[in-house]
Amino acid sequence: MTNCVKLPLSDGFTSEHALRSRWGPDARRRAVRWFVVVGLVASAAALLLGFAATRTTDGTQVAAALGATAVAVTALACFATALVVRFAEAVGWLLARLAFLIFIGAVVGTVVVAWVPALLYQHVDAIGPPGTLTVDNLQASLGDGAAARLAAYGLWPLQFRLTRDIITMVGAIGFVSIFASFAIWWERKVAGRIQSRLGPMRVGGWHGWAQSIADGLKLVQKEDICLEGADRRLFFLAPYIVFVPALTIFLALPFSAAWVGRDLDVGLILIFAMLGVGVVGVLLGGWASNDKWSMFGAMREACQMISYEIPLGFSLLVPLMIAGTIRLTTIGDLQAGGFWTWLAFSNPFAFVAAVIFFIATLASCKRAPFDLPEAESELVAGYMTEYSGFRWALFMFAEYAEMFAVGALGAILFFGAWHSPLPASWGAELAHGAIWQQALHGLLFSGPLWLIAKGFFFVFVQIWLRWTLPRIRIDQVMYTCIQVLLPLALVILLGNTFWGLWVRNGSGLAIGANVVLSALGVILMAGFVWFVAYGFLNRRALVGTLAVDHLPGA
Amino acid sequence: MTASGWETLAFYLVAALVAGSALGCVIATNIVRMASCLLGTLGGVALLYFLLAANFLGVIQLVVYAGGTLIVIVFGVMLTSRAYGIKLRPKRIEAVAGLVVCAALLAGLVGILATTQWHAADSPALASGQASDDVAAFGKQLLGPYLVPFELVSVLLLAVMIGAAYLAQPARREAE
Repeated sequence: MTNCVKLPLSDGFTSEHALRSRWGPDARRRAVRWFVVVGLVASAAALLLGFAATRTTDGTQVAAALGATAVAVTALACFATALVVRFAEAVGWLLARLAFLIFIGAVVGTVVVAWVPALLYQHVDAIGPPGTLTVDNLQASLGDGAAARLAAYGLWPLQFRLTRDIITMVGAIGFVSIFASFAIWWERKVAGRIQSRLGPMRVGGWHGWAQSIADGLKLVQKEDICLEGADRRLFFLAPYIVFVPALTIFLALPFSAAWVGRDLDVGLILIFAMLGVGVVGVLLGGWASNDKWSMFGAMREACQMISYEIPLGFSLLVPLMIAGTIRLTTIGDLQAGGFWTWLAFSNPFAFVAAVIFFIATLASCKRAPFDLPEAESELVAGYMTEYSGFRWALFMFAEYAEMFAVGALGAILFFGAWHSPLPASWGAELAHGAIWQQALHGLLFSGPLWLIAKGFFFVFVQIWLRWTLPRIRIDQVMYTCIQVLLPLALVILLGNTFWGLWVRNGSGLAIGANVVLSALGVILMAGFVWFVAYGFLNRRALVGTLAVDHLPGA
Repeated sequence: MTASGWETLAFYLVAALVAGSALGCVIATNIVRMASCLLGTLGGVALLYFLLAANFLGVIQLVVYAGGTLIVIVFGVMLTSRAYGIKLRPKRIEAVAGLVVCAALLAGLVGILATTQWHAADSPALASGQASDDVAAFGKQLLGPYLVPFELVSVLLLAVMIGAAYLAQPARREAE
């Protein structure tokens, strides 16, 4: 408290008084005591229930076991909270020092946690056809004893698609929340670097890593405002019409051949449809706000999206025609044989289609240079001007979720999906080996980590473009779409058709185009890496020395 | 609850959504609210298709009608200069005519439902309870036995496009 700035508050107290009265050592000691007492009571209850679960054999066993688990978790949470409150200074110090390690650990931990359901599904599916298994079937595969019985009860719901869908949606909500929090911080840091400043530096210690968490806490506490004269029902409904389709994308988006919520035959069209449905929410929100800025933003969004859906749809057709299917997992597995088999490098038209796809998705995600719907310098915040608090946060979450979704979709359709640049056949033995060999295969050859990495790369490109390119006018947006992208998309669609009809696989022309385009891809990627390295090595030439001194590794 | 029990529950929830939004679409006096209710109805029908394991139809319904509703809202807002003040109320004769048409439609539908022999379990896809994940087969049907209707619809759409382009150029016609 020695370095606390004393601000006079309205009632004569200083901020130091206010802090001490609420969060002083006494209050903390009391809180620790309460948490320990509650934790002790909960663990006693957990012990009792667990004892009861081992004694009974009928249906009450499950209830008792579930209750015991719940209470035990509560007890653990209480003890952990008590420890954190008791050693708050030490915990804060550790968090600040180890933030980066904790972040990496959290990512790895998340992947491991996400892997567990996949292994469990595999186990359940191996026993028998889903939907017909009983607890006894499951226990037979696990062995005797109370533990096996409990595990069987735990596995039993996993055979139903409904349970799996719920798990997928919960996972999607978790992924979207974490990704959006991370990406918002990331965007601010990248924007700072591009503008030779620091970006958020305070919250959490290491490079302001907890800024988004603090922002989230702030947003949840904000007042939920609805203007007088606004259409209240539509105003409150609109954020959900934007957010729910953005989540639904993740139900059909495969993270790898096995990691997909629902491996739909129509997965690609479903994602395309969901990108379109979200726009209706934007338009309704903008209209219902009864505000000129919102209305302008919403109308711009509608014009932009209706126009850009056409070149987007045409560019999606090119990989579809090459693969001959709309099932995203099949399209992804076509590209398993090294980076030269990626669809973008298969013929010149597909390469151009990848570029058109990227530009059209920039427009559909409302990212610069197509961010007219929320143009800060002209329309305040466009369609979200009148929103506050959690509803505003939903719009932001949906935007970042869509950014990742289209980045990942681009990777699946054009850039090798979940496969590394190495041919998957090199690691064929690892794929069917022990668990650690499978994990190694996932790291080196093909696995969800690769798709996430590619998705992050495209999100980075979107951020990079946003802070580099100026915003274009609405007539220029329309010109780009209708007079440039649309004819180009039609030409590549026709060209791709003729290529597929006339150029045989393995002919000189096909191989030549493949080699040239793959080389072009390698040169582009190498150029990107070289630019990054050049910028880092010559960072002393930048304007802001403060930013230079804080670059990671500097 | 069994799997079919869940499906029945889902059906009634979605059906309530469809019926409720259809009613809202008729009752509402504001054009944007009408359009959003329409979106609820058409999206609910897409959900019904999903429940019937017709994934392709459901997804296409969403693609077509989400965009369609969007355009309805855009035009609704653009054509009504003061979007908040205007209340659209039907005349009495219009309401009566609508009622007569709806009653005739209802009678026809109920008649068909009551007299048709249903063979639900005949279809292998329905019997197995799995979605018929075969867009390729659908496409082959469309470009094989049903080629003529498919092409006729395309020609119709082309005619509509040409008509729209002609109507959208009043300036050039006056210049001539």
